[in-house]
Amino acid sequence: MNEKDVKEGNVIIKLQDITKSFDGEPVLQGINLEIHDNEFITLLGPSGCGKTTTLRIIGGFETPDSGSIYFDGREISDIPPYKRQVNTVFQRYALFPHLNVFENIAFGLRIKKVPDPQIREKVKQMLILVNLKGFEKRNISTLSGGQQQRVAIARALINEPRVLLLDEPLAALDLKLRKDMQNELKNIQQKTGITFIFVTHDQEEALSMSDTIVVMANGSIQQIGTPEKIYNEPTNAFVADFIGESNIVNGIMIRDYEVSFAKQTFVCEDFGFAPNEPVDVVVRPEDIDIVPVGESMLTGEVTSVTFKGDYYEIIVDIDNFKWMIETTDKVSVGQTIGISIDPNEIQVMKKSEFSGMFGDYSSFSDELDRLSDMTEGAKE
Amino acid sequence: MKPGSFFKKAAAAPHIIWSVMFIVFPLLFVIYFAFTDNYGNFTFDNLTGLSVYTNTFILSIGFALIATVVCLLIGYPLAYFISRTDPTKQKILVLLIMLPMWINLLIRTYSLMSLLDNGGLINGLLQTFGLSKIKMVGTSGAVILGMIYDFLPYMVLPIYTTMSKLDKRYIEAAYDLGCNNRQVISKVVMPLTVPGVISGITMVFVPSISTFYISQKLGGGTFDLIGDTIERQFQNEITYNTGAAISLIMMVLILISLAVMNKFADSDEEGGIIV
Ligand SMILES: Nc1ncnc2c1ncn2[C@@H]1O[C@H](COP(=O)(O)OP(=O)(O)OP(=O)(O)O)[C@@H](O)[C@H]1O
Ligand SMILES: [Mg+2]
Repeated sequence: MNEKDVKEGNVIIKLQDITKSFDGEPVLQGINLEIHDNEFITLLGPSGCGKTTTLRIIGGFETPDSGSIYFDGREISDIPPYKRQVNTVFQRYALFPHLNVFENIAFGLRIKKVPDPQIREKVKQMLILVNLKGFEKRNISTLSGGQQQRVAIARALINEPRVLLLDEPLAALDLKLRKDMQNELKNIQQKTGITFIFVTHDQEEALSMSDTIVVMANGSIQQIGTPEKIYNEPTNAFVADFIGESNIVNGIMIRDYEVSFAKQTFVCEDFGFAPNEPVDVVVRPEDIDIVPVGESMLTGEVTSVTFKGDYYEIIVDIDNFKWMIETTDKVSVGQTIGISIDPNEIQVMKKSEFSGMFGDYSSFSDELDRLSDMTEGAKE
Repeated sequence: MKPGSFFKKAAAAPHIIWSVMFIVFPLLFVIYFAFTDNYGNFTFDNLTGLSVYTNTFILSIGFALIATVVCLLIGYPLAYFISRTDPTKQKILVLLIMLPMWINLLIRTYSLMSLLDNGGLINGLLQTFGLSKIKMVGTSGAVILGMIYDFLPYMVLPIYTTMSKLDKRYIEAAYDLGCNNRQVISKVVMPLTVPGVISGITMVFVPSISTFYISQKLGGGTFDLIGDTIERQFQNEITYNTGAAISLIMMVLILISLAVMNKFADSDEEGGIIV
């Protein structure tokens, strides 16, 4: 594992052993995280896992029960929000309804008593940056969701914060606008070089925008890494299941580079486990090849075929375990097919508290339900 | 005609009948009396004759203004304080504010009088400590105090309501953008609670300017406010028309001040800058 896990560079924010409870209910349980200069880092996880709380602790709106938070190496736990070099784009924007677009954006500079001509100049630049030229005089309530969102970004960015916190800023937008704004945000981040800490529960959004993804569940960090790393080498069943589709099976790590599952032994690229250690094995649906039955590693019967546009989503029953396969090959329900998995498509993971929670795809239409059940179940 | 619209109209009927009987008719009567003499002939004399009451008007407006301003100065911070306490405390505090409103105004005024009177509780206490009595009832201070005491809840409640509805995210956004505690209040909380302030001002100013018992009881007959004057006119059949004319002028005055304030509130909503 020589590939670098996270962006390198100057650490700007460091969270150390942060815990937080609300009404005796633990919400964050030992968060450790380093955030670097110029990094686009995304907190990703299901609803209620503590993303907003983490962000609010960085912004200064919540105090952790224990642990420390450092900014540029300096402990800032006791510094109030208005003295932190951090600005926030709130979950539903929170634009001031009594001020027009210009005054909303100018707000931070007015507080700092910046001279008027300078304010006008900077607001103008901001409006160009977020593509809202000519909207100065508009009332907030007359703006569309996407426009409000851009005003919120401009209002935060104009203060030239070292770090910008964005709490699901795109959640309220429709799909098309959302894609556009994803690109726009990414551009703004690259142009300004400001560190973005971005919160979302949309894995696609996280994968396409981030330098680094922090996957959270039940108030703990499950994995920190680049999008590729998180997708290709999930560290546990939760991450594998949350990011993309995955087949997660019980396996035994016989020795380095050799794992057995589904009653077969496979060559893999993983090592460093105890001999015969029980493990979770994840194989992505698109990494499974359909081959003639004679040449296959595993065979099974097709139980469902769904056309997805540019591929078919197939469920295959192999020894009562339902595998999902994404393929362009046309097969039909009831057909017996063979499958083959290349060594580099097999990801072996240590057993975790999430093992066994994500079974096969026998009830995969209920996957969302299972996901929420999981969050409930694991809390208890 | 849509089915059901008859029922809707029928359901609204009591309201319409009520409004016509108790709002429109009395108004028409006031206007009728204001423009007629004792024999029912049309005349402007009632209105033109009102110049003798100029001082009464000025005094009443002055008292009501002072009471309203003091209520605002006490009520606004009080409402802010209540809205910042935790929810259970808030409920109790709001109940405490509302409690006096359930007691008849007249009784409240009397109880205040029994405190301030020459032989009242405060002067009694002063005497037992060997101090000299203070004349309170009969002073303008007592009248204004009465107005404040009677009408303060009507200032606090509407302001509290708009404050408790104020989205906490606006406050957090203000902190986020660099405001300290004082700036959060002046730049965000105050501008966003203007509607509450406007209704608070209205609900204190209107009853203050038209009250008669407060000035009678606490003014000890020293002060003749518009309310007293109107009341007196209607105790005598011959002066009904003058009373109606004064009432009419009062209504016009109140309507004008409401219109001015609403205008102020509207222009604020259009994104004006409040510093
Ligand atoms: N002020 C609070 N009082 C009580 N509980 C709270 C408070 N704030 C958050 N919580 C609880 O803490 C948990 C984590 O909340 P948080 O807002 O951090 O989740 P999240 O990951 O941002 O979720 P979402 O994706 O739904 O926004 C939730 O169970 C929530 O109910
Ligand atoms: Mg959240």
